[in-house]
Amino acid sequence: MTAETHKKPGLETLRAAISRLEGHNDRRRTVLPFGVREIDARLPGGGLALGALHEVAGGGNDALHSAAAGQFCAGIAARTRGKVLWIVTRQDVFAPSLKQVGLSARRTIFVEASSDVDVLACFEEGLRHGGLGAVVAEVARLSMTASRRLQLAAETSGSLGIAIRRWRRQTDAADFGQPTASVTRWRVSVLPSVPLPVPGVGRPRWLLELIRARAGECADFEVEACDGKGRLSLPATLADGSDQEAAWTRRARA
Amino acid sequence: MLSVDLSARKLGLRPGIPVAKAQALYPDLVLMDADPEGDRLGLEKLALWFQHRIAPIVAVDAPDGLVLDTTGADHLHGGELPMLKDIVHRMAGAGFRAKAVVADTWGAAHALARYGRLAIAVVPSDKTPSALADLPVEALRLPPTIIEGLATLGVSRIGPLAAMPRAPLALRFGPDIARRLDQAFGRMGEAIVPVRPVNPVEVSRNFAEPIGAAETIAKYIGKLVPLLCQGLDERGQGVRRLDLLLHRVDSRTEAIRVATAMPVRDVKRLTRLLCEKIETINPGFGIERMVLIASLAEPMDRRQTVSSLIAEEETDVSDLIDTLANRVGMQALYRFAPVESDLPERSFCRVSAMAPEETKDWPEHWPRPTRLLARPEPVQAMAELPDQPPLFFIWRGVRRKVKCADGPERVFGEWWKNDAELTIARDYFRVEDTSGERFWLYRAGDGEHGETGSQGWFLHGIFG
Repeated sequence: MTAETHKKPGLETLRAAISRLEGHNDRRRTVLPFGVREIDARLPGGGLALGALHEVAGGGNDALHSAAAGQFCAGIAARTRGKVLWIVTRQDVFAPSLKQVGLSARRTIFVEASSDVDVLACFEEGLRHGGLGAVVAEVARLSMTASRRLQLAAETSGSLGIAIRRWRRQTDAADFGQPTASVTRWRVSVLPSVPLPVPGVGRPRWLLELIRARAGECADFEVEACDGKGRLSLPATLADGSDQEAAWTRRARA
Repeated sequence: MLSVDLSARKLGLRPGIPVAKAQALYPDLVLMDADPEGDRLGLEKLALWFQHRIAPIVAVDAPDGLVLDTTGADHLHGGELPMLKDIVHRMAGAGFRAKAVVADTWGAAHALARYGRLAIAVVPSDKTPSALADLPVEALRLPPTIIEGLATLGVSRIGPLAAMPRAPLALRFGPDIARRLDQAFGRMGEAIVPVRPVNPVEVSRNFAEPIGAAETIAKYIGKLVPLLCQGLDERGQGVRRLDLLLHRVDSRTEAIRVATAMPVRDVKRLTRLLCEKIETINPGFGIERMVLIASLAEPMDRRQTVSSLIAEEETDVSDLIDTLANRVGMQALYRFAPVESDLPERSFCRVSAMAPEETKDWPEHWPRPTRLLARPEPVQAMAELPDQPPLFFIWRGVRRKVKCADGPERVFGEWWKNDAELTIARDYFRVEDTSGERFWLYRAGDGEHGETGSQGWFLHGIFG
């Protein structure tokens, strides 16, 4: 979007050439923007690439629970069209919470696979189908070969694939450093919520780290968690809380 | 008397004693005429039901049993042991006491189901000889004359019988003993001729030369499916379950079963579902006959596709559902639907992925955690009574100081479901600790009255 305009034209032609070499010149790559300018500007194409595999993991204790990571992915899936396939090995998603980020239970089909191998097979099958809005899978190990297969499946069908990396033990989480073929890699960690003038828990906040982005740069953002329609927002730096007027116009437009 | 029920057995009556004697002992005994023909028909009906529910190859093992070839079908029921439990449970529900055994061969399973000690057993491949050794020779499906003859020889168990030299036995009793032993131990094949549903759509093909290569099987599947679809088209039906039976030259039958969520008559889709299962076939020395049966077919109406400019066509994912269901099993594929209950663990249920969409939804007045623990975990906490959130809590050995909290949200027990829940109450709090992690805690009880719960604290969910 805005960042595109002040990029160097030479760089742009080079990018186009690389993209042609990579074999997706025939079709314009579509993206799913976050609707937050600061985040979208950092992502090549101005949003989360459709027809690609993305990885999300929780930071700290959330690597085990994937509560924030799960909510983040549900928020992304909520903003797509069509059914969503959610593949797990042990089921602990609380369906009403998906509803609260805009992902209706009517749209979400769960698959409870018995092993990681089955998860990956179902994941690939779902991505290959092409008729789904998003395919979300909770996996622990994701090898280079497996992720490349998934990425290829997503590329051919144009589906959005999200791998939630979730481990049984904290020590296994070091696995997240291993390279995979995914297009972006995110880490979501919980931050203390926005303090309220009254007792109570404010809107949750996350530290969103873009650890890896193909053809892009790393970045991190402090964001307010997904709202009822799965949208993130940046907390206002104003002393009096968020800029209500701007938020209102943005919401009215959306 | 041919058979007695449980209460008669308790009185000491056994099958085989004369009716006159039994009546003399218990004059008010209820007697019924034996109806072997009715029993046979009933058993056949049951076999069809099993074919419907469990596996494609089912045969009647007269007079009191069924034999199923569950190869490749057990994973759809969660494994061999859960499948057997399910079978026995369902039979018990229908008023029958059943025993179920999985073994390598028909002979071994027959013997263990009738003479084994356990009601449900899965015998591993290498344990068949040791499992059979202690069973009486009656378990071998031998004619009564041979059993009597063996009793005269003093042979009553299978183990010693199997160890005896074959030639003298064959000379005296004929080839039956050796055949039955070999069948039980898996040294000789035994074909199971499956029962057949009434008048199914069915196509078959015989091969002059046995086939075995995966590509060849795929090719002929590709030829059979269009014929089947043509047959279904004539009847206006779509297939819900498809069985492919492959008769091998050594008279064994391999089977593939695929099921679909909705009636299907699409050649490409059915071919694909079948071809995905080719790797599970063991062609042995070759396949001489392929039979494709639509064992469950339902009426299928032609549907008009959306042609309006406004309504957007919903992409049909039922083919994907079928593919996945044939891999992980239909029960592992579901959606969540709301249930009207305030207790979080009862507020949802699983419905089939293709179930019609419900109109209800969960209320949205309180935030709900992303992850709900399978069972609430007890935590140590300190809180002011009666209704303040905890000041700190210890979960999984980590002490967390509570910075801010929302609550309480009081949930009452559902006394209309369970008498014990009449006085139960829970107070839910959403708390945030100093590091920013958010949890869903509850106190079992209202903090004032002892009868409302133990007043202990539990962690039930984790917020994102």
